[in-house]
Amino acid sequence: MALYNLNINGKTQQVDVDPNTPMLWVLRDHLDLVGTKFGCGIAQCGACTIHMDGNAMRSCQLPVSSVGDSKITTIEGLSESGDHPVQQAWMEHDVPQCGYCQAGQIMSAAALLAQNPNPSDTDIDNAMNGNLCRCGTYTRIKAAIKTASQNL
Amino acid sequence: MSNLNTNLDRRSFLKVSALAGGGMMLSFSWLAGCKPSTKEELLAMPKEWFELNNYIKIGENGAVTLYSPNPEFGSNVKTSMPMILAEELDTDWKNVFVEQADFYPERFDRQFTGGSQGIRQGWKPLRTAGATARAMLVAAAAQTWNVPASEITTSAGILEHKGSGKKAHYGEVASLAATLEVPEEVQLKDVNTFTIIGNSKRNVDGQKIVTGKPLFGIDHKVEGMKYAAIVHPPAFGMKLKSFDKSSVSGMPGVLDVFPINVFKEDYDRNFFDTTTFPEILAIVGNSTWEVMQAKKSLAVEWENAPETSFSMAGFGGRPSTQVKVPAGLENTVAHKARMAEYIQKNGTVVRRDGNPEEGFKKAAKVIERTYTVPFLAHNTMEPVNCFADVKGDKAVIYGPTQAPDFIRNTIASSLGMPKENVQINLARMGGGFGIRAYSHHMVEAALISQKIQAPVKMVYSREDDMTYGIYRPTYSATYRAALDENNNLLAFHVKAGGIPESPLHANRFPAGAIDNYLAESWDIPSNITIGAFRAPRSNFIAGAEQSFLDELAEAMGKDPIEFRLELLKRAETNPVGENNDYVPKRYASVLELVRDKSNWNSPQANVSRGVSAYFCHNSYVAEVVDTVIKDNQPVVEAVYAAVDCGIVVNPDAARNMGEGAIVDGLGNAFFGEMAFENGAPTKTNFDKYRMIRHKEAPKKIEVHFVDNGEDPTGLGEPLFPPVFAALANSLYKATGKRYYEQPFAPQLEMQNLKM
Repeated sequence: MALYNLNINGKTQQVDVDPNTPMLWVLRDHLDLVGTKFGCGIAQCGACTIHMDGNAMRSCQLPVSSVGDSKITTIEGLSESGDHPVQQAWMEHDVPQCGYCQAGQIMSAAALLAQNPNPSDTDIDNAMNGNLCRCGTYTRIKAAIKTASQNL
Repeated sequence: MSNLNTNLDRRSFLKVSALAGGGMMLSFSWLAGCKPSTKEELLAMPKEWFELNNYIKIGENGAVTLYSPNPEFGSNVKTSMPMILAEELDTDWKNVFVEQADFYPERFDRQFTGGSQGIRQGWKPLRTAGATARAMLVAAAAQTWNVPASEITTSAGILEHKGSGKKAHYGEVASLAATLEVPEEVQLKDVNTFTIIGNSKRNVDGQKIVTGKPLFGIDHKVEGMKYAAIVHPPAFGMKLKSFDKSSVSGMPGVLDVFPINVFKEDYDRNFFDTTTFPEILAIVGNSTWEVMQAKKSLAVEWENAPETSFSMAGFGGRPSTQVKVPAGLENTVAHKARMAEYIQKNGTVVRRDGNPEEGFKKAAKVIERTYTVPFLAHNTMEPVNCFADVKGDKAVIYGPTQAPDFIRNTIASSLGMPKENVQINLARMGGGFGIRAYSHHMVEAALISQKIQAPVKMVYSREDDMTYGIYRPTYSATYRAALDENNNLLAFHVKAGGIPESPLHANRFPAGAIDNYLAESWDIPSNITIGAFRAPRSNFIAGAEQSFLDELAEAMGKDPIEFRLELLKRAETNPVGENNDYVPKRYASVLELVRDKSNWNSPQANVSRGVSAYFCHNSYVAEVVDTVIKDNQPVVEAVYAAVDCGIVVNPDAARNMGEGAIVDGLGNAFFGEMAFENGAPTKTNFDKYRMIRHKEAPKKIEVHFVDNGEDPTGLGEPLFPPVFAALANSLYKATGKRYYEQPFAPQLEMQNLKM
């Protein structure tokens, strides 16, 4: 076990965990930030996507010991009151069905738009291809990203 | 308007005194309720709620709480079912709070999600509940104002008596209304006057989903809760022999390891009590990561399981059957060989019209094709999990389930307590697709909690989830058609089976449209467990049948839509045989609508189109898939769907569901496959089990509904089965090759196409 001071959603949070513990479980079990979801554990589904210094990362493959001073943002910290343009666009297009993968989808989309505010269809496909949606909301996700892109 | 006698549904409205689990009932406070999102000014929280019936509470300020009875797995019932209540209550949707009801059969009808029946079977009870509450509010106003109830009108939560000019919102009379007798009979609205039903409302959980609030079973946590992982046998046909606890004792955060048995000895199983591995190992500890690490280190020995058998209740009150589970380690190569044998043998005749043998004898040409599909894993995005807190003779369970009413019996039996002591609270599910009707995980979590005497959250790894079975079965169907010299259809024969069940729906189209028709069925036992998977059986047989009809239309020189319409005309005007399980006119209407919406008669150059239509879950769907070959890769450009599911409660959400079913179908058609070697699933996670992703999704999907004012029918499943053949028929146009075996991707790759 080891002590870590993590910068999460703009606040310093201390945890005492095994250094190999993935950030996914630090967030979910130790910090009660359960918006980040467990899907596959091997970085194949994107449900656990968070931002590390603005880049989309799969938190299930990110050991807490590798985070250091990096700024971590989770779905809970993407905006103060759920009004990030991507979140708003998701509401406007009523994207979710079961909703389980959507936090990861939103985090991937927000990271894409931060780096590329006017993505093409191919840019969207490339940035989002690591995020599975079993309900099949892909066409709505693409439409919502385009709406968000206009409202940035 | 129609009058509805409330006696039929009176049970739901009776006030129920606190039960054994009463303290826990409706345990999620209204603060956790979901306000439909809107920018308009909303009512504040009332100081007091008045319960008009089990579904409806009204606050003194006019705010309304509606309980959504059914478990939500993504089909929008948590929004759509309250919309039905709100419509007949005649309230303003913006003042509505929706709460997920806990499982509470004394208060709510049919808390079951499956078979696309939520809206269809909820339609009358929910309308009646809404209308009954409205009638009680009207009666209260009539009493207060001393005017006849018949002269009071309502609109958007406001009562008005025009004669006296009196007006009040529902909250002003709610306390009186709650004390009045439930009326014997209520009047339902004319469907043409609906203001909420038919007008899209956003998902009531939308805000919570996009902000990452806890909603799912896996998100649940209480003080003092422990975490559990499980270890199940690595293969079908195997069971636990022994384990060595010392292999993990001393690992950080690991508290205990022990075996659990889902069923008590001599327990008579419910219909949904399918469990591949009744005995599994539980590892309990202080965090999910720690118990998952211990999983990898735990020393376990497995052994071959003997043949077993058990009694299982039939569905919907049908008699129990004795289910035999054969011994042995099965594999996919052997499955295929056995199915090929069965195709050659006679099956059990399920339906015969006319003289099919004579038709084949007289034929100038016989077309025969065999279609095969593999097992499929459901792969819900939220892995199996469950929270349980068993203390003394009471149990609280919180987790994903489509069928709480069934699993409560099992939990109660396994824990050794009356079922009234088992409270199941319904979590939003991260997908279901059928598999969460089989809720053995709730028993497992409960047994773990009972053993450790503490609350526990059990979580399966993705590998546990993908390999525990309850798959869509593997199926095969052989279709034959006899044609005369002039390409007239003389006879039609289908012989279908699977491991371990047959997919045949012998009384569905084209039965009823062909004079000489024969349907045979076969099945091969297996120890690989199966369960409902979005449109069970239909999800294969539709693809086979509609691919064959496409080939038949081509052989007969007919347009594929025109050919189907001719058959449907025959079934409508002069049906063959009895018990035909579809209404030809409604079937034809979706083909006509999709022909219109897809501009079928004005095809575009370089776009390859395929069509398919199917009836299941009381609804009719026709679909057209457009593919193009782009950079040597098949790309689905567009999908058009025409749906007759009667009145559509929440149109935008209904379109979303339809789009999802289409994407699901395309994904499983291209990639879906589970295989076995020595009894073990060959795919254990998403690195090997290919799922459809963003890049492969269609560029455009249009879902159109037939507007016929009929009572609602199923929606979650019916758009799924037709996709397979619409895609296959489209790919045939694009590549010149017919696709008889799913998944299609390996065959397309063999044609040097990129997938």
